[in-house]
Amino acid sequence: MAAPVAIHLEFGGGAELLFNGVKEHHVTLPSQSEPWDVKQLLVWIQRNLLKERPELFVQGDSVRPGILVLINDADWELMGELDYRLQDQDNIVFISTLHGG
Amino acid sequence: MAQEVSCLKAQLREKEEEIVRLKNKLAQLEQVRTELFDKVIPLTPLKAKAALSNDDIMRYSRQLLLPELGVQGQLNLSKTSVLIVGCGGLGCPLAQYLAAAGIGRLGLLDYDEVELSNLHRQVLHGEKNQGQAKALSAASAVKRLNSTVECIPYHLQLSPENALQLIQQYPAANPLTYICYAGQTLPLVSASALRLEGQLTVYNYCGGPCYRCLYPVPPPRETVTNCSDGGVLGVVPGIMGCFQALEVLKIASGQVSSCCQKLVIFDAQDAKFRSIKLRPKQAGCAVCGERPSVTQLVDYEAFCGTAATDKCRKLSLLSRDQRITIQDYKSIVDNAEPHLLLDVRPLVEVDICHLPVSLNIPLLSLEEKKSEDIRLLKERIGQLKKQMSGDCQPPVYVICKLGNDSQKAVQVLEKMSGSEVDSITVKDICGGLMAWAKRIDPTFPQY
Repeated sequence: MAAPVAIHLEFGGGAELLFNGVKEHHVTLPSQSEPWDVKQLLVWIQRNLLKERPELFVQGDSVRPGILVLINDADWELMGELDYRLQDQDNIVFISTLHGG
Repeated sequence: MAQEVSCLKAQLREKEEEIVRLKNKLAQLEQVRTELFDKVIPLTPLKAKAALSNDDIMRYSRQLLLPELGVQGQLNLSKTSVLIVGCGGLGCPLAQYLAAAGIGRLGLLDYDEVELSNLHRQVLHGEKNQGQAKALSAASAVKRLNSTVECIPYHLQLSPENALQLIQQYPAANPLTYICYAGQTLPLVSASALRLEGQLTVYNYCGGPCYRCLYPVPPPRETVTNCSDGGVLGVVPGIMGCFQALEVLKIASGQVSSCCQKLVIFDAQDAKFRSIKLRPKQAGCAVCGERPSVTQLVDYEAFCGTAATDKCRKLSLLSRDQRITIQDYKSIVDNAEPHLLLDVRPLVEVDICHLPVSLNIPLLSLEEKKSEDIRLLKERIGQLKKQMSGDCQPPVYVICKLGNDSQKAVQVLEKMSGSEVDSITVKDICGGLMAWAKRIDPTFPQY
């Protein structure tokens, strides 16, 4: 049995608009038999934080194109993407790419 | 003695005539240089200066004192050509600081003309430049600041047909929007800004990713917001454009950019900068990888399913009988026909301007079926029904800024009709309030 994991979620670049404009969320993922990974986190976010228009956030079992995921200030590609195992106090950022100016 | 005097006088006259001739020649050349180009033209390579002139030394003295730049760095700047794609909120401060610092040549590219709504952030353009090509307006402003910088203004849009020929002439390219190209390894100092946020990355540089390495798949087009829809505080692209200038100056003077393989995120609301470590250049990248599948320029508008401009898109979700023109709506008002006008814009836009008779329920509240708003809508439809005789369905006309969100709202309301609210006839007003301002009431504000 894996212990509950307390993490810090952040949304930016407009992605926060899908979460009532709230940029920062401190959440605790409950204890479960398997350790938490990013793939499961996306499902948890959909069920618990994101109530409307999930297609603007996820596509299949990953984030939609145009959203960059950062794990502790690094591109998630460097961290194992969906398979990264979440650690207590991790900082996960979902940032929507901006266009124009 | 007298002979010597007249000889000297003759020589002086000759020199003075030569000065006039040279001045005319220079003026003519400068005239040619601020000519506006509507296509890519061949440019002669920039020649390296052998040494700084006394004027150069005085003008750049405060930056020459920096050991990080020094004389060699300044000479490097003077032999660098930079292409600035987009002379808007980012391109203006970028061009301004590159010119002030003594860059050799600036290509200034923009397809658009200056509008009043640009001036809060596109700070090289003034009131008198309205209607003028942005590239030309930016070039004149840059020339006023530093006449030694060569400016090439292009009044065109970057396209698969012209991009390669154009970019090859500029060793440091700074496209501000979505381009990625095959076989090119020029550093791309790219930034974007929207609302109160900015992002910056240097692509194709020091082992870092290209745009396609980082974003292999374009985002769904409905998720891309531009400044005319989402809004932007002018100083935010100002800060990001200055940041681009800083990184270009480092690269052009021979230093290393601090942003290689990094994404810099600026949150203006919290005054917070954050630097993120990005993935390296990807071996599997379709453009710069080991086995690239994209070997020619692609049509980016087709690839992304959206226009590479900052203009608003026109949605077409409804059939013709679900929409009325703005003139039709004017007749309905003139004939005092009972109806409900529903304005579905966000409150912040309703505060800017609205028609006095309208009921405001933002599209998002309709989509989320916010109980308070639905109760209000039900109440107003009930009142309207009482006013009308017989069993006819009360007409509801939906309006927004340009006629996109109002179409979405019609679809939502049609589903609600007969269940959550009484049966209604819903129609969209084509072109929205901006059509009202243009065609019906010229005193109504446009934004």
